[in-house]
Amino acid sequence: MKLRANLIIGGALFALAIVVGLLAPWLAHTDPVLDANLMNAEEAPSWTWWFGTDAQGRDIYSRVVYGARISLTVGIVSQLINSVIGVGLGLSAGYWGGWWDDFVNGLTNLMLAIPSLIFALAIMAVLGPGLTSLLIALGLTNWSFTCRLARASALSLRSQGYVQAARVLGYGDLRIMITQLLPNMLGPIIVIGTLGMGSAVLSEAALSFLGLGVRPPFPSWGSMLSEAREQITTAPWLSVFPGLAIFLTVLGLNLLGDGLRDILDPQSRSRRI
Amino acid sequence: MTGSPLIEVEDLRIDLNHGSSRVAAVEGVSFRIDRGETFGLVGESGCGKSITALALIGLLRPPLSISGGTIRFDGREIQSLSAARQRALRGNRIAMIFQEPMTALNPVSPVGRQIAEMFVLHKGKSWREADQLAVEALASVRVPAPERRVKDYPHQLSGGMRQRVMIAIALACGPDLLIADEPTTALDVTVQAEIIELMRNLCAERGTAVLMISHDLGLVANVCRRVAVMYAGRIVEERGSADIFRAPSHPYTQGLVNSLPRLGSRAALGRTRLTEIAGVVPAITDFPAGCRFNPRCAHATEICRTAAPETTWLGAGGLVRCHHHA
Amino acid sequence: MHEPQNMPGEDRAGKGRPGDDVILSVEDLAVHFPVGGSLLGRGRRLLRAVDGVDLELKRGECLGLVGESGSGKSTVALSLLGLLTPTRGRIVLDGQVVTSGPSGDRKALARIVQMVFQDPYASLNPRQTVRRTLEDPLRVHGVTAASEIEDRVATMLRHVGLRPEQSGRYPHEFSGGQRQRIGIARALILNPKIVICDEPVSALDVSIRAQIINLLLELKETLGLSYIMISHDLGVVEHMSDRVAVMYLGRIVEAGHWREIFERPAHPYTQTLIAAIPDPLRRAPLATTGGDLPNPLNPPSGCAFSPRCRYAEAVCRREPGPSLETRADGHAVRCWRADEIAGQAERGLALTEGGHL
Repeated sequence: MKLRANLIIGGALFALAIVVGLLAPWLAHTDPVLDANLMNAEEAPSWTWWFGTDAQGRDIYSRVVYGARISLTVGIVSQLINSVIGVGLGLSAGYWGGWWDDFVNGLTNLMLAIPSLIFALAIMAVLGPGLTSLLIALGLTNWSFTCRLARASALSLRSQGYVQAARVLGYGDLRIMITQLLPNMLGPIIVIGTLGMGSAVLSEAALSFLGLGVRPPFPSWGSMLSEAREQITTAPWLSVFPGLAIFLTVLGLNLLGDGLRDILDPQSRSRRI
Repeated sequence: MTGSPLIEVEDLRIDLNHGSSRVAAVEGVSFRIDRGETFGLVGESGCGKSITALALIGLLRPPLSISGGTIRFDGREIQSLSAARQRALRGNRIAMIFQEPMTALNPVSPVGRQIAEMFVLHKGKSWREADQLAVEALASVRVPAPERRVKDYPHQLSGGMRQRVMIAIALACGPDLLIADEPTTALDVTVQAEIIELMRNLCAERGTAVLMISHDLGLVANVCRRVAVMYAGRIVEERGSADIFRAPSHPYTQGLVNSLPRLGSRAALGRTRLTEIAGVVPAITDFPAGCRFNPRCAHATEICRTAAPETTWLGAGGLVRCHHHA
Repeated sequence: MHEPQNMPGEDRAGKGRPGDDVILSVEDLAVHFPVGGSLLGRGRRLLRAVDGVDLELKRGECLGLVGESGSGKSTVALSLLGLLTPTRGRIVLDGQVVTSGPSGDRKALARIVQMVFQDPYASLNPRQTVRRTLEDPLRVHGVTAASEIEDRVATMLRHVGLRPEQSGRYPHEFSGGQRQRIGIARALILNPKIVICDEPVSALDVSIRAQIINLLLELKETLGLSYIMISHDLGVVEHMSDRVAVMYLGRIVEAGHWREIFERPAHPYTQTLIAAIPDPLRRAPLATTGGDLPNPLNPPSGCAFSPRCRYAEAVCRREPGPSLETRADGHAVRCWRADEIAGQAERGLALTEGGHL
């Protein structure tokens, strides 16, 4: 049995990010927003200020720790919305076929044709900045891959004998989709979902960087980067640490996704000979 | 039978390498096929009949590997040949057809090209000559309008036509041995009859020996002169095909012969309960000790559970491996 | 040893009373599929998968449905199960007309007709335990009492030769034969009256087939079931069926008592099918028909079998093709020349008599 290094490293990085986010009040040294003190402005990293301080004298370490909450919330919740939409549309389209399938296909192609970040930007422009609009914008724009995958799985699964058998036994369509199709396509959906979480974390950073994300002074990794951009030469630690947090979390999620793919892919599991 | 055999397999062992552990998927398999002879290898899934065939043609791939015994083709040991010499043997002197011709044919090349390729590759013909020969080859497998069919792609042909094309490719270079691995399992009965008759007639005309591999004892007995029955990696019985059906000697063969409803038996005998073979087919990783059939055998005794049975020679070149053979 | 353990029910068919004894009747069933063509339906052709099939199944009977790929036998089955909407025709199941719609009342239908599938590996949900596979149908059909559900599942598992203790396992923990037993249990858990067996043993290892065939025949007697047995294995069909219908390109070409079909096949296609089965005791050439199955999208004119039939004459290629004529003994044949051929066959048989057995 091969040790699945990517699964373990990826899982550990993601778990670390979650733990940091959950334990933020205990891990942080100061309040990320209120403890501004111009006396400590732009301190370089030191034993007192692990990650340094910003122009308002706020502790970057504490802000990165609290920023995990927002970045991960956005990553997890928006991807959950994407997964539910993608699976719902793709599964029903693949199972029912017909005009519904044509419609869902058209919608998916439309979504794929528009860069999702641009689409999210447009939604944010309408809804205005803020956490809720961020969740909605990212949750509505990234489901097309999940949808494609769910549709393809449903198409191949619906001709399986056990799905036929369920129809013969008089199961309703909804029950067939939930009990017969969904459990058998969950593996790849989870993999795509994990990878999608990584890209949602990045999208959050990008939107916040553009000033459309979480409203300052509340810290998210993206908004911290955005604020830090003018001091990138004078106080590089302002951008390095939130950037590193994003990098490690996204790396962790991608490794985790790859590792899960290896485990959940039936092709790679040992089969009866 | 006198003269040197065309192919002679002696004590063949094929291992399945499972990480650090290795299990014998095929063990102690010996048989010989003379020139122009038809020989059948019968058994269920996992009995090792197909990988034995792949070993003959030098196509075993990891995790499977030959770990013992010899295969001599026309007097020369195949394993000792270089990879290039083995390749020259394949297709030219030993040819093979498979169960699903769709996967064995190249989907993006016209079938005529695929036949012509054999003449170019093995006989050094020019493409122009080879294309002409391909039309003749298609005609010889009784494909109607061969000069038009050579331009067809595999997906444009029916299953039966595709198998004909496979046979045309296999017989293109006039091989000495044709290995047919479940050649008709994917086909309908009437199409099966066509393909079997075609194979039978072409091979008889050209003196090509046939090694036919199938799970269908009835079909093999009808086509082949001699039949070997494999169970769990070993040959348990080898007989002339008429004998094996009339008086099977190994309990497994008896079970196979008696457990299937045969056309006409109900009319003659009424509907009797079929004789069942108890238990399940063992997986390669847990072949039982002693005689591998013992957990399913009604006649099994203590010795069957501990010692692998030796070969008992029956009349007319037949053999059986059973402690309590009939 | 000439009358050994004859199973009950042998030879009971054929003298069945008409009327209430009929549990399933199919009249003029047709299923056509549009194939290919552009978005607007131009250039679209009609695949007549089933084209005017009449069938009758009596209580306690096993009807063998024989034919090669493309003959339409599976399409007939799907129509009976309510999974396909027939283009025309009438299906009466246990006194109820069920041809109203595709899923008109699939639930009610499910309690009458069930199906045993060919591939025991693909036909069980790999993510559900055996218990779940058998309990869910009961719940869907309104059985709520936990004790009743448990009882029925345990009883059914014993019926098919499995132990109730095994019900917590997943399909991959079972062998092919055991999986087929689970598939049979699932088909029977709702106490259906008719079971359609679609090639129930052809995906199994040869040494396992007898177990499943015996089990199906036992269950038919103990539970009073009626079977439609779809198979291309004529040996299995002869063994199990009381009556047999032979299909070719969407139509029944011959039907009758099993003994009639196998001992005195009247249609040239049936004769070819039987003669194409390799006889293990004789290394004789197999009967060939000169050609593959025709393209069902472009069926031959007149009798569909005429291009492959060695008896075919000009009349056979003319439209309309022959109709299914039922003789006094219930043996039905769709062939213009059946009588002449029967005469020739008898003379032929007389010539080869003695050399046969």
